[in-house]
Amino acid sequence: MFESEMLTHNLLREYVKDLVSKGQRIDGRGFQDYRPMEVKEGTFTKAEGEAWIKLGNTQVLVGVKADVGEPFPDTPDKGVLVSNTELLPLASPTFEPGPPNENAIEVARVVDRAIRSADAVDMSSLVIVEGKLVYMLFLDMYVLDYDGNLEDALTIASLIALGRAEIPKVEVKEDGEIEVKEEKWRVNLKDLPLNFTFVKIGDQLLLDPVLEEEQVSDAAITLAIDKEGRVCSIQKKHGKFTMEEILNAASIARSKWPEIAEKVREAI
Amino acid sequence: MPLYVEKKPEVLITEDGVRTDGRKPYEMRPVRMTVGILDKADGSAFIEWGGNKILAAVFGPREVHPKHLVLPDKALVRARYNMAPFSTPERKRPGPDRRSVELSKVIREALKPAIFVENYPGSVIDIFIEVLRSDAGTRVAGVNAASLALANAGIAMRGLVAACAVGRVGDFVVCDPNHDEDMWGDADMPMAMLMEAEEITLLQTDGPMTEEQFREALKLGRNAIRFLYEMQKEALRRPYQVVERSVRGVV
Repeated sequence: MFESEMLTHNLLREYVKDLVSKGQRIDGRGFQDYRPMEVKEGTFTKAEGEAWIKLGNTQVLVGVKADVGEPFPDTPDKGVLVSNTELLPLASPTFEPGPPNENAIEVARVVDRAIRSADAVDMSSLVIVEGKLVYMLFLDMYVLDYDGNLEDALTIASLIALGRAEIPKVEVKEDGEIEVKEEKWRVNLKDLPLNFTFVKIGDQLLLDPVLEEEQVSDAAITLAIDKEGRVCSIQKKHGKFTMEEILNAASIARSKWPEIAEKVREAI
Repeated sequence: MPLYVEKKPEVLITEDGVRTDGRKPYEMRPVRMTVGILDKADGSAFIEWGGNKILAAVFGPREVHPKHLVLPDKALVRARYNMAPFSTPERKRPGPDRRSVELSKVIREALKPAIFVENYPGSVIDIFIEVLRSDAGTRVAGVNAASLALANAGIAMRGLVAACAVGRVGDFVVCDPNHDEDMWGDADMPMAMLMEAEEITLLQTDGPMTEEQFREALKLGRNAIRFLYEMQKEALRRPYQVVERSVRGVV
């Protein structure tokens, strides 16, 4: 970091911490408030399902592309789901072109794990011929504008994109040839596992952090809640938490789930 | 295995010049330009053109990394053209391929002549173009958006660069080739111009044209670019509309 950046960083840290100690946030929200969320209308990709969402100033676009291919040898009775995140250089001055770095890979895996651990996508419904031919779903998560909390934004957009996906039906004829039909089928979402990200500043937990809060935070954690209110995946990132803080985060997340899940259902 | 099979239309253009999307030879697809849609970029623009949806953003002038690329007397200009995995009927593997490397280069060379690089010695201006949905003519759409993003970032420029492709289908010279014409047409010629002095900053051709057709194509391209240039200027002015009242007395 350059000296000038170090200076602004330290000033920002003091400013944000000071506000938090007074029970305030830089954008005026309460500690447990989500930023306003908007699902953009229109078609922006050639994906089978897509969602462009704005969470405050964070903007993400997720597309689901389908293909057919061989299943993995150890799961012949299940389809394939591949998740990938691109932290586009146009989304932030700190993102650089090139293959996904550790942050991009972590985010992709955190979203993927929430979806898988809750069995949100019925993987056995993706099988066409067991052991031979299955649908492969590619979940490509594009970050367009980065103002914090990619985990939650990408999870919401991914679920909407999956829920909206319309995939051409495929039939295997007697001679083994594959026929792609005009008819479409829709991915059945059995659950809506939502990620909730908190940062710790001082001794306070802040839900849905903006970029500045992420930058100055002492610790960060993402928890996924399924429709039963169970915690189904966790990723603690930097810093340290007490047990009480984690239980507290889980209960806040649980209480927020219905509100966000309703928005996701509406968008699908 | 692909889920989508390309079907070649039986007729690309009828005898009276009706194209596969119903356009006449000199007609352009609908265009929409939006400036400043990203928060973190210094400048940004979104263009929707036919079925193309393309986002462009500019960062800079900013510090150069890696340091050895620094030019002591002018700004370094970098451009990256990238296609999203979900921008094509069949998923495109993420990351640059040979095509996007070449397009990044010609797009950079289309925009750089417009920038007063000597105003920003030792710095870099980064231009990022992301194709979210592709439908023929992505490079020219990208140039239009990138030029708007540069202006939106407040970079000193000689003028705006506007771009359009022209092509040939049979005996017809056509404006803004569509997907079918791009795939099965006879010639394709993307071009970009610095409209202030009508200087060409991007010109590529793929396919043969007679001298007469070539002249017609260049002229058609120029007119199409003029049209887009006027649109660009309007898109940039939108947030700064003039407010005027003829005032005698206010109370």
